[in-house]
Amino acid sequence: MEAYEILRLIWWGVLGILLIAIAVMDGFDLGTAILLPFVARTDGERRVVINTVGPVWEGNQVWFILGGGATFAAWPPLYAVAFSGFYFAMLLLLLALILRPVGFKYRSKLTDPRWRAFWDWALFVGGLVPALVFGVAFGNVLQGVPFRFDADLRMSYEGSFWALFNPFALLCGLVSVAMLTMHGGVWLAGKTRNLVQLRAQRAAVFAGLATVVLFAIGGFWVQHLDGYTVQSAIDPNGPSNPVLKQVGQVPGALLANYSAMPIVMALPALGFAGPLLAAMMVRGGRLPALTWFLSALGIAGIIGTAGVSLFPLLLPSSIDPNSSLSVWDASSSKLTLGVMTAVTGLLLPLIVIYTSWVYRVMRGPVTIDQISDENHSY
Amino acid sequence: MDVVDLSRLQFALTALYHFLFVPLTLGLSVLLAIMESVYVTTGRTIWRDMVKFWGLLFGINFAMGVATGITMEFQFGTNWAYYAHYVGDVFGAPLAIEGLMAFFLEATFVGLFFFGWNRLSRIQHLIVTCLLALGTNLSALWILVANGWMQNPVGAKFNVDTMRMEVTNFADVLFNPVAQAKFVHTVSAGYVTGSMFVLSISAYYLLRGRHRALALRSMAVAVSFGLASALSVVVLGDESGYTAGENQKMKIAAIESMWDTEPAPASFTIVGLPSQEGRDTRYAVRVPYVLGLIATRSIDKQVIGIKDLVADADRRIRSGMQAYGALQALQKDRTDTAARATFGQHAEDLGYGLLLKRYTADVAHASEDQIQKASWDTVPNVAVLFWCFRIMVGLGFYFILLFATMFYLSSRRQLERYRWLLWLSCLSLPLPWLAIEVGWYVAEGGRQPWTIDGVLPTFLSASSISASNVWLSLSGFILLYSALAVVELYLMIRTIREGPADHPPAPAPAASYRWRAAK
Repeated sequence: MEAYEILRLIWWGVLGILLIAIAVMDGFDLGTAILLPFVARTDGERRVVINTVGPVWEGNQVWFILGGGATFAAWPPLYAVAFSGFYFAMLLLLLALILRPVGFKYRSKLTDPRWRAFWDWALFVGGLVPALVFGVAFGNVLQGVPFRFDADLRMSYEGSFWALFNPFALLCGLVSVAMLTMHGGVWLAGKTRNLVQLRAQRAAVFAGLATVVLFAIGGFWVQHLDGYTVQSAIDPNGPSNPVLKQVGQVPGALLANYSAMPIVMALPALGFAGPLLAAMMVRGGRLPALTWFLSALGIAGIIGTAGVSLFPLLLPSSIDPNSSLSVWDASSSKLTLGVMTAVTGLLLPLIVIYTSWVYRVMRGPVTIDQISDENHSY
Repeated sequence: MDVVDLSRLQFALTALYHFLFVPLTLGLSVLLAIMESVYVTTGRTIWRDMVKFWGLLFGINFAMGVATGITMEFQFGTNWAYYAHYVGDVFGAPLAIEGLMAFFLEATFVGLFFFGWNRLSRIQHLIVTCLLALGTNLSALWILVANGWMQNPVGAKFNVDTMRMEVTNFADVLFNPVAQAKFVHTVSAGYVTGSMFVLSISAYYLLRGRHRALALRSMAVAVSFGLASALSVVVLGDESGYTAGENQKMKIAAIESMWDTEPAPASFTIVGLPSQEGRDTRYAVRVPYVLGLIATRSIDKQVIGIKDLVADADRRIRSGMQAYGALQALQKDRTDTAARATFGQHAEDLGYGLLLKRYTADVAHASEDQIQKASWDTVPNVAVLFWCFRIMVGLGFYFILLFATMFYLSSRRQLERYRWLLWLSCLSLPLPWLAIEVGWYVAEGGRQPWTIDGVLPTFLSASSISASNVWLSLSGFILLYSALAVVELYLMIRTIREGPADHPPAPAPAASYRWRAAK
């Protein structure tokens, strides 16, 4: 393998890691926000729930920003097509991401119950909408998206906003909501006590089982979906020009990689095992950190399953399959990928280290007494 | 309005709005680090109280900065998809590195800054505050590396096989002189904003006779830091002007409303009424030699006027037509070596050829009339630039004067002596924001008609989406942002009115600070 090919594979992996990091790190505080109205009834309980993520949500949200930035840097056509094609879906996501920081920060600044109820609602919506939109977007990517390129590589998108919400995509949206809710529930079960903890445990069990069931339904459904296969020779070291290849639609092609390379079956297996084990362990309340990691592994398995099913495609086009974006023709130049690999290799471990330190400093459950004692609680 | 104008309006509004919060974050984070250093070295709790009080205001502002910053990153994809494809190979990297190196740092430690007071030792907390300040400043660095490349696209060239710009030398992109000058200029402007914020609010407390000890100390920090920063903004603003003169002759000529090339050294027009149609400046008041000295740092080099720059654009457009013709031949047959050679000769001017796309699809055979129109398109809006620049520079000198006066009084411990000066300080609060917003107009409006100077015209950069989509999103942004502005201003004013808690420090740090509003 030549360097360019290796770099592209690395960045396919990094893209996957970043998507998983978004779902795992930003995901648990999205899930926490989704559970806010259900596990916390009184204002004190709500403040406890919000303060479990209070010191960390800002850092978590950066995974999302980094996901966008890294896609821009390493896969510019993917960034261009996905963001402009999914115009309103992206803006909806953006709306949620704007409401969340403001909601966290401003909610408890005033005591008026209507003010607080409004921001609780905003936080709930701000958690639910990204979770749903993420899944729906994945569902559409798996089925192919209606875009094409002209000779200048100017992209045009021919679908509507509402067409995104087709049955299969909605199922994917539900998988996403269920798994992030599970993840938030597991987090809350470890970070709270008493009634809130009990409710969070129940919610996590329910959401974990729902994740498994919905994921399984998705598995059966894809056998009947049209997948996309590259049918012409493609040079893994060739120029990043996505209109030089031939791509065809083949029923069941999304499962082809699993029969060609059975080892990757480990990913869907993880997608089932993680949520099941997390749901089992969260009840007892022992080893909350391990439970959280199992839940995270489940999420990694589910997202990894989607990525491997598409490989080597990143974003198939349903109206002009030849315009589909693949790992081999939608990346940045070799130099940019090289520089970004070095920078990421250097900084990502550093981020993991200091983020872990912050979690260590903030370890332990959050209680109402503690919130009243601390100066800057939400 | 078409989709390009709407997308520009949306980007301009959201960017200007985002930049209401960024400078204060930049300035306050450094001021917090300074105040906390004093606390840690002297052990005097009043300095910790200062950090906590200004930190509270910092927090309200920071949330809005984060929230509105995401919008910017989204829009490159949602509204400027062709731009994203065309230059993503170069422009995306600094944005991604910003996330990795800077945004993570500030966002991770901002939580600990607020929640860590009782869980960290003094030194540890100070380190957290310093990392927070470092993160915000590094963030500005990478964003301005990206922005600097839009102004002066070095270290990259067009690749015919991928139909986009690609990096040829990453170090050139990083050490782009325009980016470096802009970085220092912009963060200094942020420090001025933070200093003015602290100065104004402290002056308000002194006028009201409240929180005297805290206000006096805060003011002392703000005026010394503010003076240094205000000097740095103007001195390094000059550096910005110099590098712009080197790289963006059209921007400088438009800022100065200099239609004709003058014999060196050129005179500087203090005021006047530039006219885009008449291509002249009426009622101009000129100072001889000054512009030539600033822009070229010499007495013999010429500053080229707009009309001569348009003539130069005309030449480059004709060369760009050749490049575009060769590119079309290559799209049909990638092995056409003659076309490849022709393209190589004219590749530098491809962007100028693209200017013709506004008037004809058949760029390679554009008419004389179309070429002439396109060459005059390279002139940005002269009158607006001319005045925005003068407002910015005038305010810059005013800040130096105000901070210097207050610094002198502070060093003589007479800050409270002149009430009118306290009033003046208090009322000057909005001025740094005004200077910064018009400054950004100069930088970005002055870059028009390009998104990437000389490489990609703005009207080609937008996504292929319908104008109605952008109408809808633009209206949404206006509504949401207005509502958020009301909420944030309300909380800011409320927190300022309430002021720092005035009761004497209790033995346990945990109990000494309990915000009335946060119970």
